Amino acid sequence: MLNLVGLILLFPLIGTAINGLIGKRLRKETVGYVACGSIGLSFFISVLVFCGLLLLPPGERLFEKQLFSWIESGSFKSTAGLQVDPLSSLMILIVTGVGFLIHIYSIGYMHEDKGYHRYFCYLNLFTFSMLLLVLGNNFLLMFIGWEAVGLCSYLLIGFWFEKKSASNAAKKAFVVNRVGDFGFALGIMLVFLTFHSIDFTEVFSAASHGNFEAGSFTVTIITLLMFMGATGKSAQIPLYTWLPDAMEGPTPVSALIHAATMVTAGVYMIARCNVLYMLSPFTMTVVASVGAVTALFAASIGLVQNDIKRVLAYSTISQLGYMFLACGVGAFTAGVFHLMTHAFFKALLFLGSGSVIHALSGEQDMRKMGGLRNHIPVTYKTFLVGAVAIAGIPPFAGFFSKDEILLESLVRGNLLYWIVGAVAAFLTAFYMFRLLFMTFHGVSRVEHHAMEHLHESPGNMTLPLTVLAALSFFGGFLGIPGASVINSFLAPVFGGHGHTEVSGAEAGVHHSAWLSSLMMVVSTAIALAGIFLAYQMYSKKPELPGKLAERFRVIYKLLLNKYYVDEIYDALFVNPIKKISVQLWKRVDAGMIDGSVNGIARLVGGFSNILRLLQTGYVRNYAFYIVVGCIFIIIFAVLGKVKF
Amino acid sequence: MITVTHYLVLSAILFTLGVVGVLVRRNAIIIFMCIELMLNAVNLSFVAFAHYLNSMQGQLFVFFTMTVAAAEAAVGLAIIVAVFRNKETVNIDDINIMKW
Repeated sequence: MLNLVGLILLFPLIGTAINGLIGKRLRKETVGYVACGSIGLSFFISVLVFCGLLLLPPGERLFEKQLFSWIESGSFKSTAGLQVDPLSSLMILIVTGVGFLIHIYSIGYMHEDKGYHRYFCYLNLFTFSMLLLVLGNNFLLMFIGWEAVGLCSYLLIGFWFEKKSASNAAKKAFVVNRVGDFGFALGIMLVFLTFHSIDFTEVFSAASHGNFEAGSFTVTIITLLMFMGATGKSAQIPLYTWLPDAMEGPTPVSALIHAATMVTAGVYMIARCNVLYMLSPFTMTVVASVGAVTALFAASIGLVQNDIKRVLAYSTISQLGYMFLACGVGAFTAGVFHLMTHAFFKALLFLGSGSVIHALSGEQDMRKMGGLRNHIPVTYKTFLVGAVAIAGIPPFAGFFSKDEILLESLVRGNLLYWIVGAVAAFLTAFYMFRLLFMTFHGVSRVEHHAMEHLHESPGNMTLPLTVLAALSFFGGFLGIPGASVINSFLAPVFGGHGHTEVSGAEAGVHHSAWLSSLMMVVSTAIALAGIFLAYQMYSKKPELPGKLAERFRVIYKLLLNKYYVDEIYDALFVNPIKKISVQLWKRVDAGMIDGSVNGIARLVGGFSNILRLLQTGYVRNYAFYIVVGCIFIIIFAVLGKVKF
Repeated sequence: MITVTHYLVLSAILFTLGVVGVLVRRNAIIIFMCIELMLNAVNLSFVAFAHYLNSMQGQLFVFFTMTVAAAEAAVGLAIIVAVFRNKETVNIDDINIMKW
């Protein structure tokens, strides 16, 4: 069954080809069937592959399928191959599973769009690229996938490119990602220079068994450069600014790319390279700190945003911060576990918000919502499940994963990480329920014309919501503390070949049961406190937020304007670079390069202008030149200079 | 005693006269006559050398030259006539369309 792994990649690619090449001439239904069918088949094969992996004994769960020899140049060799192990098999299930649901949802959501086939072509291409990223057995293949998902992200953010803001957001995402990818590419080159291979298996075994000193300078630089790539792709400080703007794309895109899959590529990459990261304590500290700070920072911005999708975008950044915090303290399993549950509930929340936007004919401002729960009951119920899950109320999925991260950050990290994480968890619960209350509860502030068209979404949109709600409810049971299925499943990847590392399951022995239980109670209490505060402020006393905003005007302004980070970046980087570019364009390009080319042409032209005077058109003059020439030849001949 | 040097000097003088004539005169017919003068100057030196070297080759060459000169005169005069019909002049300063 494992041999089928190539098909997982093939189906989305076929879907892309069909919809991209002849999609224009196909009927909309056909386009939808092709797109969903290809991902559905891919999901089916993923399940088969996953089962095939489960049949193997835990120690041998690593399968590599060599496709072809790709590049051979001197000492550089790269084979294109696919690697199936617990980590990648889990990822392909998430990508194809959640992707399949979002494809189905898109049929309903994008129904009236004239770029229907283009949309599905991009979406299939994205799925292919993401699967390539996840399944690649070497750094280069991963990098190809990494860049390709970036490209699809660009194409889909700018899907409605007629809108200036959308095309700007797409450009911003692309450029910001480029900064990170630069680091990632350098990291890969350094890996090759250090290990003389870019194959995952070879590099990691060389790193763990070789005479490689922990904390050495090279490995620190490699991991830091790769983390730079991760901050770009996974929207961490300092490269997170593109993600909130990416909400200009269609909502299912935000759900698939900017919540469930692509933005988690950074987490996946660090988890995949856990051997390297474990060798560099300094990088681990950086990863954990950046993750923790981002979690808190983004959550605080999310508190005051009024655009329903932007709240979710900041929430995504914040949750990704949690995953990096987990990876940074060495709890890779917890990070990947949270990645999975987050994929479920954040996809659910985004699709739910899409359903709200769809119901309100495109309105995204929460100040113009309210009281929607009776009008769109299915959306409300599923959204509620998602909100509870992300807030971390047991027994929903988010509780287990977030609780594990907080616990691990306390046990393996330090108290500071835990405090930051806990505060961020409190804020998460608060802003999610603020969103919920503003959207679904209270008095309706919906504008008149939107009210007339208010309707529940069609079945092909509510079905994915329901399935994702179920996953958000049950997904956490994979990681119940003490009997964690996911821990033991992922243990070969994170514990098998890293001698410096203690696997999640082994570490579980160290922290005592009472601490674990205490943490559960504490994190539940934190979540409940956040929900209660949101209830007080946005449901019971709706006038309170306005008063608070008036009272703490400076802080409110600061948060509302996202700490002015975009403005600071503009002033520090964008505008100077623009100015330099203009100077380069005018001075260097137009002045020096064009100037020198044109100057040479002008020089030749001027010289010819002088020479041209020789050519008078009078035969007599030409005859004269001939005579002069003859005289010279005769003179030379006579003086004996020229031998005939 | 008239030596070969005398012939050659005369030939050179005639040739130079021809060259100067070609270069300074404006009338195409005069230029044409000057070209003939140059050809005949060369003929003179051919004959002189032929006599001096006791070889018939030089004299043979003269016949060739005269043949070519005759053909050239026919073609050249025809061109001049054609030019005159078009431009009503044989002044070569007015015939300057050889440059772009």
